[in-house]
Amino acid sequence: MTATTLPAPPPPARTAGARLKWAVADGLTMTGRGFAHWARRPGQAVVSLVFPVMMLVVFTYLLGGGMAVSGGGSYREYLVPGMLALAMSFGLEATMVSLTSDLGKGVVDRFRTMPMAPSAVLVGRALTDMAESAAGLVVMAGAGLAVGWRWHGTWAEALAAFGLLLLLRFAMLWAGIFLGLVAGKPEMVQAVQILVWPVAFLSSAFTSPETMPGWLGAVAEWNPMSATAGAIRELFDNPGWSGDSWAAQHQVLLAVVWPLVLLAVFFPLAVRRYRSLGR
Amino acid sequence: MTAILAEGLRKTYGKKGSAKAALAGLDLAVPAGTVHAVLGPNGAGKTTAVRILATLLRPDAGTARVAGRDAVREPDEVRYRIGLLGQHAAVDEVLSGRQNLELFGRLYHLGRAGARQRAAALLAQFGLDDTGGKPVGQYSGGMRRRLDLAASLIMRPQVLFLDEPTTGLDPRGRTEVWQAVRSLVGDGTTVLLTTQYLEEADQLADRVSVVDHGRAVAEGTADELKARLGGDRIDVVVRDADRLDAAAAVIGMAARAGEDAVEVDADARRISAPVADRMAALADTVAGLGAAGVAAEDVSLRRPTLDEVFLHLTGRTQDLNQEQDQDQDRRPERDDGRADGGAAGRARAVAEGSAR
Ligand SMILES: Nc1ncnc2c1ncn2[C@@H]1O[C@H](COP(=O)(O)OP(=O)(O)OP(=O)(O)O)[C@@H](O)[C@H]1O
Ligand SMILES: [Mg+2]
Repeated sequence: MTATTLPAPPPPARTAGARLKWAVADGLTMTGRGFAHWARRPGQAVVSLVFPVMMLVVFTYLLGGGMAVSGGGSYREYLVPGMLALAMSFGLEATMVSLTSDLGKGVVDRFRTMPMAPSAVLVGRALTDMAESAAGLVVMAGAGLAVGWRWHGTWAEALAAFGLLLLLRFAMLWAGIFLGLVAGKPEMVQAVQILVWPVAFLSSAFTSPETMPGWLGAVAEWNPMSATAGAIRELFDNPGWSGDSWAAQHQVLLAVVWPLVLLAVFFPLAVRRYRSLGR
Repeated sequence: MTAILAEGLRKTYGKKGSAKAALAGLDLAVPAGTVHAVLGPNGAGKTTAVRILATLLRPDAGTARVAGRDAVREPDEVRYRIGLLGQHAAVDEVLSGRQNLELFGRLYHLGRAGARQRAAALLAQFGLDDTGGKPVGQYSGGMRRRLDLAASLIMRPQVLFLDEPTTGLDPRGRTEVWQAVRSLVGDGTTVLLTTQYLEEADQLADRVSVVDHGRAVAEGTADELKARLGGDRIDVVVRDADRLDAAAAVIGMAARAGEDAVEVDADARRISAPVADRMAALADTVAGLGAAGVAAEDVSLRRPTLDEVFLHLTGRTQDLNQEQDQDQDRRPERDDGRADGGAAGRARAVAEGSAR
């Protein structure tokens, strides 16, 4: 071993400034790891991009003919924003899967025995997943355009709509991290899927909540995913559903508030849970 | 200087009260620059102790000091000075070996170039040059273990924890790991290793702690522990398993050790007993077996193995498949030897295999 010529690591951060600097650097290093995973498994990355597109195409052609929008307009233009919001919600599972498989492999144990910023594992996960979802949104929007969806609002409104979608994804991300930390093992993810799917479909993604029976309709109206779907329909100037409940009237507001509420709940829970690993 | 110090470590998993304590007041003291082995049956608390010392787990009570720092209060200072090779691989399966080492190097803040340089040096040192570009998921168990060890050496740590470092390795892989450990100790690293292979403790460790039920039940050099069993032993392998009892009676008389000290390993057709007077015991055994008409395949005198020390101290044999015993009252040693004869045979075979 040529010990003398090899670099020696700097001592651990002892000041707040140094800690912040390393927190940023380590977070970016861990994000780089996430990208390296994509590069190693391009097939998996492609599948995760293609799956929502497939759903979008299937649902437009499957349901497209037989469905009408309560407020009038093209069902396709109603459906595509719903599918975008749906894809963001399913990000919760994606985050859970990648986090639990990390935890299961024990590589997180190694990270935790290193003098790196403790936040880096979660920051890396968050940035990687957000980048993946942003890429997914672009691909899905492209597919939407291909099947005949258009936005009629301004560019600024369209960007705001994508911002709301990513905000929902960000909230789902921290919910996914928390649930992943609680579940611990990849096998537990299926149990969560069973819970996520009905919640995701019990929304305004496919049909207007007014057409649903009583309490189901109320759940669908107040569903955070419906809020985002409804809000971006407004921003894209796509046909929406015309309920007269408070939730139906304030969809953009709800699309901001709901994710923030979810974040306020799950972000601290996730951080606490991560810190208490092994406690 | 004491590099690793554990005092009264306690840890109970899950709900307090209902569960059994994994550690029930463990004490350990390892001087800097030495190798210390922790031996114990499954569930003794070895991994728990290592994880506490390596800052992965917080003890319920007691102190854990590593490289002069408190593992609970100053985890970052400890992390800066240690390496851990856990019981299970702690590397990224998707990335290549080189990518893994570079990633860890960057997280140790070696910088991009520094991390690359260190990764290359470690890959070369552990003979992973050729496979450095393959994803770890395609590595054999031994290669993965070596990569894991390389990853725990990125820092050239002052203190290295090895939790069953050679479990699942072939004899060559085992020798390579031993070599790496020896060269590290030559550089002044302090090593704490847990092991299922008694041979490994014998080979590598300056001192050995025997841990049982979350407590250290004995501590000393391998020779000191062996000496506790009262020196030399006589081993007899009989040709015919039917004659084991007759042979045991003869050997008990010849060894003058009392019938309780005679151990019978039915699978190996081996009888073993401590002897006070080597020559007299040997002569009397050979004569006694002849008179009783018992054919022996092998008669030998030897020092006790650590395996026997282990059995003596814990009342159990060291065996990978053995269930964690729930019964609190220990049976007398001789009965244990009989009941677990098969287990003893397997454990010994493992230990001997590792020596080859
Ligand atoms: N994560 C955990 N949750 C609950 N109980 C645990 C956990 N880890 C270990 N235990 C229990 O604590 C005790 C000590 O376990 P530990 O893993 O420290 O033993 P060990 O000596 O390393 O055993 P082995 O030789 O099998 O590796 C055992 O009774 C085990 O069942
Ligand atoms: Mg263990």
